[in-house]
Amino acid sequence: MPQVTLTVNGKQHTVTVEARTLLVELLREKLGLTGTHVGCDTSQCGACVVHVDGIAAKTCTMLALQADGTSVATIEGLAAADGTLHPMQEMFREHHALQCGFCTPGMVMSAIDLVNSHPEGMTEREIREGLEGNLCRCTGYHNIVKAIAAAQPLMHAK
Amino acid sequence: MGFEGIGASVRRKEDVRFLSGRGNYTDDINRPGQLYAVMRRADRPHATIDAIDTTAASKAPGVVAIFTGADMAKEEIGGLPCGWQIHNKDGSPMAEPPHPVLAVGKVRHVGDPVAVVIAETKQQARDAAELIAIAYTDLPSVSSTTDALAPGAPEVHDGVAGNLCYDWHIGDKAVVDAAFAGAAHVVRLDLVNNRLVPNAMEPRAAIGDYDTSSGDYTLYTTSQNPHVIRLLMGAFVLHIPENKLRVVAPDVGGGFGSKIYHYAEEAIVTWASAKVRRPVKWTADRTESFMSDAHGRDHVSTAEMAVDKEGKFLGLRITTLANMGAYLSTFAPCVPTYLYATLLAGVYTTPVIYCNVKAVFTNTVPVDAYRGAGRPEATFLLERLVDCIAHDTGLDRVEIRRKNFIPADAFPYQTPVALAYDSGDYQTTLRVALKNADWDGFEARRAAAKSRGKLRGIGISTYLEACGIAPSAVVGSLGARAGLYEVANIRVHPTGSVTVFTGTHSHGQGHETTLAQLVCDQLGVPLSQVDVVHGDTAKIPFGMGTYGSRSLAVGGSAMVKAMDKIIAKGKKIAAHLMEAAVEDIEFADNTFKVAGTDKTKSLTDISLAAYVPHNYPIDEIEPGLDETAFYDPKNFTFPGGCHIAEVEIDPETGVTEVINFTAVDDVGRVVNPMIVEGQIQGGVAQGIGQALLESAIYDKQGQLLSGSMMDYTMPRADNLPNFNVSTENTMCTHNPLGSKGCGEDGAIGSPPAIMNAVIDALREYGVRHIDMPATGPKLWSIIQAGQTKMAAE
Ligand code: FES
Ligand code: FES
Repeated sequence: MPQVTLTVNGKQHTVTVEARTLLVELLREKLGLTGTHVGCDTSQCGACVVHVDGIAAKTCTMLALQADGTSVATIEGLAAADGTLHPMQEMFREHHALQCGFCTPGMVMSAIDLVNSHPEGMTEREIREGLEGNLCRCTGYHNIVKAIAAAQPLMHAK
Repeated sequence: MGFEGIGASVRRKEDVRFLSGRGNYTDDINRPGQLYAVMRRADRPHATIDAIDTTAASKAPGVVAIFTGADMAKEEIGGLPCGWQIHNKDGSPMAEPPHPVLAVGKVRHVGDPVAVVIAETKQQARDAAELIAIAYTDLPSVSSTTDALAPGAPEVHDGVAGNLCYDWHIGDKAVVDAAFAGAAHVVRLDLVNNRLVPNAMEPRAAIGDYDTSSGDYTLYTTSQNPHVIRLLMGAFVLHIPENKLRVVAPDVGGGFGSKIYHYAEEAIVTWASAKVRRPVKWTADRTESFMSDAHGRDHVSTAEMAVDKEGKFLGLRITTLANMGAYLSTFAPCVPTYLYATLLAGVYTTPVIYCNVKAVFTNTVPVDAYRGAGRPEATFLLERLVDCIAHDTGLDRVEIRRKNFIPADAFPYQTPVALAYDSGDYQTTLRVALKNADWDGFEARRAAAKSRGKLRGIGISTYLEACGIAPSAVVGSLGARAGLYEVANIRVHPTGSVTVFTGTHSHGQGHETTLAQLVCDQLGVPLSQVDVVHGDTAKIPFGMGTYGSRSLAVGGSAMVKAMDKIIAKGKKIAAHLMEAAVEDIEFADNTFKVAGTDKTKSLTDISLAAYVPHNYPIDEIEPGLDETAFYDPKNFTFPGGCHIAEVEIDPETGVTEVINFTAVDDVGRVVNPMIVEGQIQGGVAQGIGQALLESAIYDKQGQLLSGSMMDYTMPRADNLPNFNVSTENTMCTHNPLGSKGCGEDGAIGSPPAIMNAVIDALREYGVRHIDMPATGPKLWSIIQAGQTKMAAE
C-alpha cells in the first residue's frame, strides 16, 4: 500500500493508506484529528475544510495521496500553545456564531482563508458570498457573518 | 465575576471545546477492536424480497458477519415501536403495521435496510455490501400523499386497507357547519405543506459495544433523548433490561427532531455487537441520511373560514391528508393531530373549529416531527388563509388580525380545540413588529423597487405554538405511551461547586450554559463552578430528552424544584450550625442568614458540613447535599409573536431575495438573550428554507429525486438576510421560571410571513396563493403567465 508523508499542524507524519483513502479519513482515522468533520458526500457542506499549504480545501474531495508533501493545518492546531484562541475562534465565541458546533471547524477554517485572501476587507454581502461552500443548519448564518466581520480588523492588524 | 444569572448574555461554556476541534461526536468515538457496519438498503420503493444471496459478500476481505431480517426474526427481535396511538373517529385504534428492524419479506421505501455487513474497515464493509445479491419482485408503489387514498392505489401494508393509518377528527362538525350557513363570506384555500428533509449537519451514527465479561451493552448514538432510546430499544426491540443497557448521546451535531426517534441502526449495532463480540460502528453517509432520517411536514389540506360582514371569524373547517411514509416513526401519529389540529385557533377567537385528518401510508421514508412539528403546518394554513380572507373581502390584512386576536385580558383562554392558553399579548408583539419593520413606510420602498425593475412585497404572520411538552396525564389521555415530565439531579459538592445532571439533551441549544445560569441565579454559585452533564443514562437518573422546546420550561423547572430541596435541606443544616430556628433562616446570594441578625453561613459552609458531618443534626437529616426532582408540567406553554418579511423578486429570473426579516416573539422569561436570539435566527433560517428553497420530491416511481445536497437546496449564507429579532415577553403562569420556549418559534412563524410577502409582491398579477417552495422557476412562470394575461387584456 502507498505511503504519504505530510506535515499536520507542524508535525510530520508518514502514513500508509489505500490509494482511495481520502484526506479526511487520514486525518480522522489515522491521526485521530476528529475536529475535521464529514457532513456530506457530495462536496457541498464544508464541514471537512482544512488548510492545505495555507489554502482552504475540502478534505472529503481530496485523496490522502494528493496531500503528499504538503503542510496541513486543522482546527486542532489553530489556538496558540497556551490555549489562546485565534481571533476567528474568539469572535465566533463572542458573537455566538456556533450552536451544535458540527459545522464550526470547517466554517472557521474557511473564514480564516476568506479573510486572509481579502486584505482589502469584505462587505457583509461579500462575506455571505464567500461562505458559499459551507453549510450551517443551526445558526442561520447571521452571527457567523457578524463574527467574520469582527475578526477581519483583528486579523489584518496582526 | 459579572452578572451571570437569569437575563445575562453570558458566552457559552461549551464553545471552546467546539471551536478547537475537541467536540466529542458519536463518529469521533472509537472503541477498542471496533468493527464497521454498512447497511445494504432497498434501491426500489416496493418489492417482495425473493432471495438474499450473501455467499460472495461473506467471502470478501475483512467481512466478519452479515445479518438479514431473517436472522433477527429468528431471535424474536421486536419491531420498532411507535410511541403514540391515535384513535379513529369511530373509536377504533389506528392501523399500526409492523416495522421490522431489517426488512422481512418486503421492502417498502427506497432506503429500507435489508442487510447489514460487518467488517474490519468501513471500506471493506461497503465493498462487501455491494456483493450481496438480492432478488426482488417489484410491486406497484405509491409515493404521493393524495394518491395514497385513491381507489385501487397500491397498498403499502397487507392488512391496512386503502393505506389509511387513521381517520381522526376534532370539534363538532354540525356546529361548525351551522356557523358557515349564516356567514357573510366563506373563504376557501387548498394548500400543500411541502415535505422536508431535516438535514442536521451531523449525519446519524451509532456504536454498539457489548461487554463480553459483564454482559452489559453500551450504545453511543446521535440522539436527542438517550433514556427514551434505552426504554424503547431495551423493552420493545432487543429485550435488554435497563440495568444492562447504557445509552450515551455525546455531543450531537443538531437534531431538529430527526434525532428523537428510535432508528433501526441503533438496534442493529447493539444486537450485532453481542453477536460478533466486538464493538460495531455505523455512520450514515449523507445520501443514507436523505433516505433513512425521518422527513418532516407533507400535508395536503383544504381550509375554509366563515367570516361575518365586519371580518370576524365565525368558524373554521379543515380537512388534512398527512403522509406517514412507509412505517410509523416514534412520534409520527401525534404530529398531524395533537400537535397540529389543536393549534388551529392560533391567536384568534374563532369560536368553533372542526378538523378531520386522514393519515396515510406511502412508499416513502417515514415522516415525523421536524422543528415545529404540526405547528408550522397549522400556522402556515391559518396565516395563508387570513391573507386570503383579506384578498377576497378587501379588508386590511393587519386589521383583520387585530380584530380577531384573543385580547390580552382574556387569559386563561380556552380554545375550541382542547388547549387552554395561559398568557400572551398579541397586540403588543404585532405593534412592535410593525414598528420595527417600518410597515407604514413600505409603499415608498415598493415604489422605489419598482423603479429598479423589482417586485417588492411585505408579508405578516401572527402565530402561536404549544410547547414545553407536556403534562403526562393529558398526553396519556391523547394516546402518548410515555410520560413527558423531566428530571434533574443537583449535586452540591463538599466545597460548594455544583454538577447538574439533566434528562434534557443539548445538541446546539447551549444547555451547558443556560442551565448553569439557573444555578447561578438560584444558588448564587459562579458559572465557572457549575457543570451540566447530559446525554448518558449511566449518569443521569432519568429523562425524556429535548424536543418541543421543552428543555428550559420543563427541564429547567425540574432544576428549580431540585434546588428548592437543596435550599430547604441547607436551611435545616444552617439552623443547626447557627443555633436558630429553621423558620428564621433565609437564603439568598449563596448565603444562609438568620433573619434580623448578621449571623450567616455560606453555601460552602453548609455543603462542607453536609459531607463532613461532625457538627450536624445527624439524627434528623441525612448527610450529603444532592437532590433529585421530577417535574411534570401543568400545561403546555404558548409562545407566540409576529414575523414580518420583506422580499424583492426579480421578474427576469423569478428569484426572491429576502430583504428584511423582523421577528418579535413572546418566549416568556429569557435566561440568556444571546442564545434566544440565536435560536430564533436559526429557526427563521429553516423557515425561509422551507418557503423558498427546500422540497423533498419523489417521482411517480417512488425514487427520491432530491436525495443529496446537490439536489435538495439547503439555505446558504447568501440566501438569507440579517435578522431583526427581539422579544416582548409575557410570563408563563404555571411553571416556576415563567419560560415558554424558543427553539421552534422561528421555523413556525416565518414560512407564512415569507409566502405572504412573495404573494404580495406578485399581487398585480392576480396571484392569490402559491405553494412552497417559491423557487425561481416557479415564480418566473407565474410572472410570465401574468404578463401575458395582462398584455392580452
Ligand atoms: S464533507 Fe461535506 S464538503 Fe466535505
Ligand atoms: S452550528 Fe450546527 S451546523 Fe452550524
